[in-house]
Amino acid sequence: MSTTAVHSLWTTAAVEPLNKIPAPHIEYTQLSPVLIVLTAAILSVLVEAFVPRKGRYVAQVFLSVLALAAAFAAVVGLAAGGYGSTKAQIAAMGAIAVDGPALFLQGTILLASIVSVFTFAERRLDPADHGHKVDSFAAEAAAVPGSEQEKAAVKAGFTTTEVFPLALFAIAGMLVFPAANDLLTLFVALEVFSLPLYLLCAVARRKRLMSQEAAVKYFLLGAFSSAFLLFGIALLYGYAGSVSYATIARVVDGAVVSVDPALAGTMGNDVLLLIGFAMVLAGLLFKVGAVPFHMWTPDVYQGAPTPVTGFMAAATKVAAFGALLRLLYVVLPGLTWDWRPVMWGVAIVTMLGGAIVAITQTDIKRLLAYSSIAHAGFLLAGVIAATPAGISSVLFYLGAYSFVTIGAFAVVTLVRDAGGEATHLSKWAGLGRRSPLVAAVFAVFLLAFAGIPLTSGFSGKFAVFKAAADGGAGALVVVGVLSSAIAAFFYIRVIVLMFFSEPKADGPTVAVPSALTTLTITAGVVVTLVLGLAPQYFLNLANQASVFVR
Amino acid sequence: MNPVNYLYLAALLFTIGAAGVLIRRNAIVVFMCVELMLNACNLAFVTFSRMHGNLDGQIIAFFTMVVAAAEVVVGLAIIVSVFRARHSASVDDASLMKL
Repeated sequence: MSTTAVHSLWTTAAVEPLNKIPAPHIEYTQLSPVLIVLTAAILSVLVEAFVPRKGRYVAQVFLSVLALAAAFAAVVGLAAGGYGSTKAQIAAMGAIAVDGPALFLQGTILLASIVSVFTFAERRLDPADHGHKVDSFAAEAAAVPGSEQEKAAVKAGFTTTEVFPLALFAIAGMLVFPAANDLLTLFVALEVFSLPLYLLCAVARRKRLMSQEAAVKYFLLGAFSSAFLLFGIALLYGYAGSVSYATIARVVDGAVVSVDPALAGTMGNDVLLLIGFAMVLAGLLFKVGAVPFHMWTPDVYQGAPTPVTGFMAAATKVAAFGALLRLLYVVLPGLTWDWRPVMWGVAIVTMLGGAIVAITQTDIKRLLAYSSIAHAGFLLAGVIAATPAGISSVLFYLGAYSFVTIGAFAVVTLVRDAGGEATHLSKWAGLGRRSPLVAAVFAVFLLAFAGIPLTSGFSGKFAVFKAAADGGAGALVVVGVLSSAIAAFFYIRVIVLMFFSEPKADGPTVAVPSALTTLTITAGVVVTLVLGLAPQYFLNLANQASVFVR
Repeated sequence: MNPVNYLYLAALLFTIGAAGVLIRRNAIVVFMCVELMLNACNLAFVTFSRMHGNLDGQIIAFFTMVVAAAEVVVGLAIIVSVFRARHSASVDDASLMKL
């Protein structure tokens, strides 16, 4: 026998190529906002590696702002091209939805991120150290606070410009999160935006022990909650045999009739559905900071560098509520009767818990943290409406709330004493007499938090409560109004403290910021007033954007 | 063997991990317990994949491994920096911000 013949006994010529794996079809245009930010994040890492230390800060700030602005332009372009309404579609092989809510929230996240990056880049608040300008971040995050290594780093004028790539990665994850159209993408996006945030929390220049403590708490609790989310995803996968939102929704509705007998134990098993869904919900509610998953919020908000807190409080909330809305409205409309009572309970304890505990706070950052918990409750009231008005009101509220939050935290960075930011409330006494403008601006933000008319807080709350009442959640609205009244008490108390009490002799000074923080605060005030005085255009925009693609 | 047994094992491992997170005091051990929970998820994914006869679950298990690896990088960086500053990795000692 010839060699070829022997060989052919155990091989076969590869004439026919094996079953080809079809190349995935990626819609680059529709995904451009995310891709732009991710590309910029990677470039930003390269800048960190190759650009000399001197030029890094300028390069990073320029690159970040440019990328975010370009991504925002892409979002506007997509929305103008009809992808938010008539051409809404599911891109990237079913992984990402390009529709009204996704584009609206991505636009909100990008705008909020741009103004947050301005506060990241602020270098005028602290006096120069050894002749080098300093920002809110440690000279060298890896150095032990107070060590020789750190002193050397400060002397050499090092700065943690790594915060910009980290922020860009986090923003990219946040852009994907509300658009995720299968549970795997949801999980990966969650981790992509959480992991950089854990690190950002740990790199404060002042009070670094507290900052690291905040990071460790955020990290351990965040990892714990994402493990719950993942196990929930596993159970839902067991239930439906797929992680795609559309398929799960079909199985929930009972549209899949022919169940394989071998799968009768799992496929369509309601126990898996309910437990899995509860666990996924717990993971998302952790991210929005709803009671009883809120324990991390005050500590992390207080310990993290204030620019990061502002960014996190605004952008994370927007992204997480987007994901929550999509999950409840796209995947589980067939289960509304099951999730509504649970969400009712969560919304009530969140609104009341946040508002009541905030009264006892003595630290301005903790106060704002509890206020953000209460606001999560108001947003949940809109989510519970389970009507199109519910979606649009939540979208509007998120846009309004994120700018108020970023502005408020930016003001907190200005009030300083020898130890850095003076966050204890007693130090804020009489601020209105010393710096009327800063105190007045902060008062505007507090009034917006409280939901006083003519501010964006009022239009947002009104929209959300109206949607909830129309959606049959009247009792929830009563609780919401009650807790707004409780919350108004402590916001007004801070205003009274600022304007009607005597300034202390050793009180804090108000730093004069550079154009960057001024721009952030101005943007916050302008958005707050415009959305309060003339909200109709934006309400219409949110209305048009309130249809999910399935 | 009936694949459902693997689901029971996954649920058991997940519960052990969750209990460990709540009970243990050392940040590293807490973190290991979180990893145990993620691996329990992987086991559940692979088992469901076998039961449903599609590959989605096995692919997801790969994603989970990558995410868990990234989480280790970030988590150990944070825990080590805390340990170097305080000479303690106990989660009880981290109480500067307690009310």
